Amino acid sequence: MDNALRELYQEVILDHSRHPRHNGVLADASHRAEGYNPLCGDRVTVYLKLDADGRVADIKFQGKGCAISQASASMMTDLLKGRGQADAERLMTGFLHLVKGEEPVGLSEDDRETLDVMGGISEFPMRVKCATLAWHTYRNAVEEGKNAVEEGAT
Amino acid sequence: MTAQTKITPSFDAEKARADFAILSRQVYGKPLAYLDSGASAQKPRIVLDTMRDFAQTEYANVHRGVHFLSAAATDRYEAARRTVQKFLNAARENEIVFTKGGTEAINLVSYSYLAPRIQPGDEIVLTVMEHHSNIVPWHFLRERSGAVLRWVDVRDDGSLDIEALNAAITPKTRLVAVTHMSNVLGTVTPLQEIVAHAHAKGVPVLADGCQGAVHEIVDVQALDIDFYCLTGHKLYGPTGIGALYAKRAHLKAMRPFQGGGEMIREVARDRITYADPPARFEAGTPPIIESVGLATALDYLSAFDRKAVAAHEHDLLAYAREQVGQFNWLRVIGDAPGKGAILSFEAEGMHAHDLATILDREGVAVRAGHHCAQPLMERFGVTSTSRASFALYNTRADVDALIAGLHKARGILV
Repeated sequence: MDNALRELYQEVILDHSRHPRHNGVLADASHRAEGYNPLCGDRVTVYLKLDADGRVADIKFQGKGCAISQASASMMTDLLKGRGQADAERLMTGFLHLVKGEEPVGLSEDDRETLDVMGGISEFPMRVKCATLAWHTYRNAVEEGKNAVEEGAT
Repeated sequence: MTAQTKITPSFDAEKARADFAILSRQVYGKPLAYLDSGASAQKPRIVLDTMRDFAQTEYANVHRGVHFLSAAATDRYEAARRTVQKFLNAARENEIVFTKGGTEAINLVSYSYLAPRIQPGDEIVLTVMEHHSNIVPWHFLRERSGAVLRWVDVRDDGSLDIEALNAAITPKTRLVAVTHMSNVLGTVTPLQEIVAHAHAKGVPVLADGCQGAVHEIVDVQALDIDFYCLTGHKLYGPTGIGALYAKRAHLKAMRPFQGGGEMIREVARDRITYADPPARFEAGTPPIIESVGLATALDYLSAFDRKAVAAHEHDLLAYAREQVGQFNWLRVIGDAPGKGAILSFEAEGMHAHDLATILDREGVAVRAGHHCAQPLMERFGVTSTSRASFALYNTRADVDALIAGLHKARGILV
């Protein structure tokens, strides 16, 4: 198999996509957003429970999509759970740099090691949007998702 | 079956393939198997050469100058119109309007023909297998004028339910807008029958021929169709040009679309009169070099025995269909009798985008996604499919590369 492909579809990624973590609906979510990739029709919903300080007390996602988007969403939920907003924002910025093949400044060594498996995506510019869908949806949930939950409740 | 491409007596795909320089290139070190002609076809050398030669020897703006080059360019532009006329067997050359593509042709009909005739509650009949370009312009009329979209379903094999279509045409119907050939299913619609049903109720018919014109022989007079739209780049011609065929009576009754130069008769400070069709609908400087390219492409295609080309494409489809039919992990979407050379499918455990990425690395170019046909995706309960579409230059080797790539993708992903 060619190296770029092996890099992209490595076992960690395939495992996350086949057995996504934190998959499902978060019944007591405080924030929610839906993401949509008009290129492929893939959808993802991110549910968040933020505590008073904005810390990600719980997070889940639900959606259908390619291996990359599912794996990325799964890894994201794993990584974000328990983080405060500033830390989460730093992680996201680093991730977005990484998948575009740029230097992921600001990432802790641990995060960098964990996210390293997603680095292969930078060789596939047409697929970067698959990897970033869940992350952008997370950001929307934090920024505007409170209303979505309240609207959904009424 | 053997991997060797069948050579029909009157069409030699290997020979035609040599006319397309790009097909001999490699991607990622693999020979290119271009199976995405349904999105856009490659251009034969003669199209590219003719466009360059024209630009270097006869180019100027059309219908404006009195100088030598303007006259020469105008001749070529109008000759291109006659080539399209002949290709569709239209009765008159002034029934052909050049547009920038199929999308603009449909929007032109929507804006200039239908919009002034639509009252709230009036209906437009569509099928669920339309491309977004034959959906969105009608949504505009729904949003702006209160038109109602009536959707006609396809059967599970992807064939059009003609009885349902006939039943959907009511006294409120103002237009039937239907694809000639589905860009996802490959289904070829029975235009003659559709037109007969619609005309019996006094309803005009528009056909989106963006795929159909490539693979079927179109005779707009025999079809008695009101509007037929095509695009150049799927017909082995350049991007940026397409055409609308419309019956003369319709064109004469249509209000202008875009305003600008070339489409007027006389402009004063307080009044304006418009040019006759087709100029009325060709505001601004048209795609002149592209018109010459389109005409060359149509001449190129027409020089083949088109029935033999169609037989070749059908042979490729059958060859591919037979092989994927043996995979119990693959579901073909669209098996209508007489369908054109498009193979859409869903593979178990492999999302279309992952599959397309892996195929790409094997040199196999397919389309993955919703194919700008989301109502159809919904009908078949999928968000995306993979699609291989065949053109005259494809061979059984391309199909073999696809099949090998499918096995490889399964090895990686499943």
